[in-house]
Parts: sequence; structure tokens; C-alpha cells
Amino acid sequence: MAAMNTFQRSRGVWLLVLIPGLWLLVFFLVPCLIVLKISLSQTALAQPPYTPVFDWTEGWAGLTAFFAALSTSNYAALAADTIYLASYLKSLEVAALATLMLLLIGYPIAYGIARAGARAQAILILLVILPFWTSFLIRVYAWITILQHDGLLNRTLLGLGIIASPVAWLASDTAIYIGLVYSYLPFMVLPLYATLQKHDPALLEAAADLGARRWKAFWSVTLPLSWPGIAAGALLCFIPIVGEFVIPDLLGGSETMMIGQTLWTEFFANRDWPIASAIAIALLCVILGPIAMWENLRARQLQGSA
Amino acid sequence: MKSPFAPWADPAERPLVSFDRVTKRFGGVTAVDCLSLDIYSREFFALLGPSGCGKTTLLRMLAGFDQPDEGRILLAGEDIARVPPYQRPTNMMFQNYALFPHLTVAANIAFGLRQEGMPARDQIARVEEMLALVKLEDCARRKPHQLSGGQRQRVALARALAKRPKVLLLDEPLAALDRKLRSETQFELIGLQARLGMTFVIVTHDQQEAMTVAHRMGAMNRGRLMQVATPAEIYERPNSRWVADFIGDVNLLEGVVAGIEPGTVLIDSAANQRLRLSADAAAKPGQGVWVALRPEKLRLATRAPATPENCLAGRVTDTAYLGDMSIYRVRLNDGADIKVSVVNQSPPSTGPIQAGDEVWLTFAPDAGVILTS
Repeated sequence: MAAMNTFQRSRGVWLLVLIPGLWLLVFFLVPCLIVLKISLSQTALAQPPYTPVFDWTEGWAGLTAFFAALSTSNYAALAADTIYLASYLKSLEVAALATLMLLLIGYPIAYGIARAGARAQAILILLVILPFWTSFLIRVYAWITILQHDGLLNRTLLGLGIIASPVAWLASDTAIYIGLVYSYLPFMVLPLYATLQKHDPALLEAAADLGARRWKAFWSVTLPLSWPGIAAGALLCFIPIVGEFVIPDLLGGSETMMIGQTLWTEFFANRDWPIASAIAIALLCVILGPIAMWENLRARQLQGSA
Repeated sequence: MKSPFAPWADPAERPLVSFDRVTKRFGGVTAVDCLSLDIYSREFFALLGPSGCGKTTLLRMLAGFDQPDEGRILLAGEDIARVPPYQRPTNMMFQNYALFPHLTVAANIAFGLRQEGMPARDQIARVEEMLALVKLEDCARRKPHQLSGGQRQRVALARALAKRPKVLLLDEPLAALDRKLRSETQFELIGLQARLGMTFVIVTHDQQEAMTVAHRMGAMNRGRLMQVATPAEIYERPNSRWVADFIGDVNLLEGVVAGIEPGTVLIDSAANQRLRLSADAAAKPGQGVWVALRPEKLRLATRAPATPENCLAGRVTDTAYLGDMSIYRVRLNDGADIKVSVVNQSPPSTGPIQAGDEVWLTFAPDAGVILTS
């Protein structure tokens, strides 16, 4: 009877695991393999624009011919041309700096919300999420009008007498950082808030009771206990920013491109699907490090709460 | 013979902690109401009261987490109103322990020592001493979530003791432990307090706990101290119906003072029964009073006694056998319900008293207390 129950339960668990498993297989793993395959192909003036294309009708001979035609030459091309390497480095640099800024701005915001009263907390969190109700694209376009030559920012600064002549904000790294910090702030604030809000206020009283002044108590109790939130927020921002396309494309300059822009150019402007796919696969490998960290952290948290 | 520990009875003794007409309000609620209390060095003092009576607020004001609205709090003669918590020579053991979850047991205990800048070598020695004190030598490197409830309680105690505070504050320290562990830990606390010679102030809602550990206890209600005395005195000589009822079980008989003789007060109960009680005349003839009788101080008889004095006749309505003792509920002839407890020294030979039996309750003149409020 008990064995039967265990059996049924374990079968139930397998069914449950099957749902996300199937989803990820169809919408993540298979597309990934297709992109991987294209990245090993050669560009061609055809439909689709690459060779080889696997032909079922030729059977075994077709299969061997198909595999023989695959090559890693696109990856060699990626490594050979410094424009790609520069693009990757630029992306990592922008993502790292933006994540740092997000942390410095997001932590005080999350801390303030977590210390507010219950009602104020609910309202403030709603306000943090509110921008999501408008299209992301519209919000980035709004920044163009704010940052342009006779935009709101320049007019305000001129009016206040802080600057003597309009500053060229647009088409610069500054604009990219403004756009990134603005757009990704909720992704930093929410996990930080979730962590900080759980902290037991008695811990700070205990720290004070044992002789720690406020900043010392923050440094030795609150901050170490926020690490899960800091790590979650940083990874949730860093990973998508590395591959970000819209913000650098609309707000950034043309000197150095982030890898998302390079990929777009290869795919749409040069119509070189194989090299674009190789860029995507290499990007995946670059981001895999932080993703592995994130997964490791989540597993540790799950264990801790069990 | 060693004289008993009773600094509160010595007029020459100066208190270590003094609450001087302290009032604390939260919004419109008065948590502590013009309260004065002296606690002496090396004393184990218990604040006992129902939840919301202000006992925790009193403790938190001593720790510095709350500021009194009126009155002064003196520690060793100095007003500590302006001294922040991190500079007070008091340490608190928190109700849910408030252990730092990211630090090991050793680091938790060393936390306070680090704040005062103690050299690392001394810190290690002190932590080892504390771990030995609470018998947790094997757990130094563990994190709080790897400990049992009883072990966590010990870590919290060790952490609060590590700085050798002048006063150790314990906020419901044993509430999270199960019954058996709690009573063991109570005796360990007594031993620890005696060995360290430190002043302990404990807040609890468990009267048994307060009576077990404390030299003196203060029974608190609605922000006021109703009585401050030794556990025995509070139990045997409560000063009001509230205290008599709050500490232990009690039967309250209403009556009128009928006469006063030297060392004795005569009372006519509501059922017109003459009661003779040993007491100094605190009441005047004709005054309405209450007589407090503890259930274990009543004797139960199945036949009418020879003298009618201090005798209450009635009928058993309920019985409960608890093993070590039996509880009888008796309805007196005037309708009052009285609780009697009888220790089961040997199995009753004459057959147990059952519901419906007619019984007579008698008591010695010194078994009851006359209460005027």
C-alpha cells in the first residue's frame, strides 16, 4: 500500500517535471540546436540563405554529405576580426558598469521601501512596477526627446544656469547608461526589496545591544544578509544587458557597437545568417558563466530554506 | 548560619537599577504607568504579567530600545536616559534569540566583543569560555540553522553573557522550548546566575518559571506593578484579589469583618459562616473584605467537624484525578463554587469522594489571607 503510494507519487512528480521539460525542449533546446547548426553552415544566395540544407530524400548518403559540409570557419572568422572581440568586450564593460550603477541606486531605494510602513511599501512597490505598463520601446523613445539637443534635460539645465550651452547627451555612452539604469532598475530593486523586507528588525536591535552603532550594524548584519538579493538583482540585470540591442541602438553612438547591434547588422544588413548565429552562440557561452552562478545560488537558497 | 540573600530588605543597600516614576505611552496607550522599581546587584528579578501588561516595554527601556516619556531610569546611580543601546552595560537575550543567521556560533558570541575592539586572542579565549559555560564546545563552527531549538537558546544566552554585562535582560527566554527542556533550563539559569554573580532581569508570562528562577518577582498589570515580593510571599500573602488570582489558583470568599481580637480577625462570610483568620487588623469591623483560600490549603471531610468555625459545607460537583493530586469542585450551600486540591499520598482506603457527595471544607486560621482590595 505504502509502496504503491510512493510509486504513484513519484510518477506524479515525473509528470510535473515533464511539463517544463517539454516546454524547454521545444522552445529552447531545439531552437538552440538550429542556431548552432546554422552557425556551422556557409552563407549562400539562396532561400534559406545558407548551405548545407539537410535533404531527407537522399537517405544515409545525404546525412553524411550534410555533416561533411558543416565547418567551424565562422568561429574562426569571429576570432580573426577584432571588431567582434571589441564588441563583446564593450558589451561586458557596459553591462558590468551599468549593473554597478543599478546596485548603487537600487539598494538605497529597496532599503527605503523595505523600511517603510506596510501601506507605503505596497504603494512604492506598485510605483516601481508601474512603468512596465507602458511599452518598453515607448519609454526608450521618450528618453530620446528628453536627451535631444533642445530636450527637457538641456532646457532644464540651461534654465537653472548649470550649463552655458546645450550638451550633446544623445549618441553617447552616457545616454546608454541612462537608458539602461532607467529600464533595468525594477529588476534590481525587486529582488533586493524581497531580501531586505524579510530581515528581522530584532537582528539590528541585537547588534545595537551588543555595541554596534547604526552604520556598523548595517555593515556587519544587513549587508551580508542582503547578498542573495544583491546577487539575484545583479545577474537579472547583467545577463540581459550584455545582449541588449534596443537601448544602445536608439540612444548610443556609432563608434563602438555592443554585441547585440553587431549581431543585428550581420543578420539584417549583411544577411549573413551563419556568422550572426555564431555570434549568438558565442554570446550564449559568454553569458553561461553568470547563468551558472545564478543557478548555483538558487540551488543553495532552495537547500537553505528546506 | 548564612543569612538569606535579601538586599531589598537592607536599608543601607543601594539598588543597581532604579525605575523612578517611569511612564511610557505608545500613541494613546499607556504601556508603563508611573512605575517605580528597585532591582539590586546579584538579584534574579522576574517581571511577570499577562501579555500587554508593559513588562517587555520596561525591559526594552532598560536596554535602551525605548525611551521613557516621563521619569528616570538609573543604572548604578546614573541616569541612562540619554545613553544609546550600544553604550549601555546591559545585554539582552531576545525572545526569538535574534541570532545572526550568516555568522557561526563562535562569531555570534564574538560579535559584541568585536564591537568593543577586544584583541583577537582575548576574543577567542572568551568565546571558548562562553561555549564551555553553555556546553556547546562542539558547535562553534555551526550556523544557527544547523542547531536545535535548545542549542540556539544557549547560543543566545552565551552571546548576551559574553560582554559580561552589569545586567542581563532576558525577554521570554524559554518560551520557544518544550516543557521538559524549559524546566531543565530554568534550573541551569539559576545555577548560572549564582555562579556568575550577575544581575538578571527576566520577563515572562509563565508564573511557574518566574517562581522557579527569581529571588523576587513583580506582578504587573496594565502598566503598573501590583506587588513586588519573593515568590513565597506573593503566593502566600498576595496584597490584592488581582495578585491572588493571577498567581496560582485561589478561592475568594466575600465577607464582612465581624470582630477583631489580638492577632485574629473574625469574618462573617456571605453564607453567614463565622471565619477566624490569623491577621493583624488591617480592616475595621463592618468592612467588606475578601478571604483568599488556596485550593491545597483546604481539607476535605465527609463528616461534619466538631466546631462550626472555619467550616464550609457543600456538595461535590466535579472531580478530576491528576495522578499526583485530585481536584474537587465543591458547590457551597450559598451557591459559591470552591476548588479543593488533595495530594494523593496513598490510594484512598475509604473509597474516593464522588460527585454528589456531601462534604465539609475546613482550614486553619493561618491558611487564608484577608484582602481589602
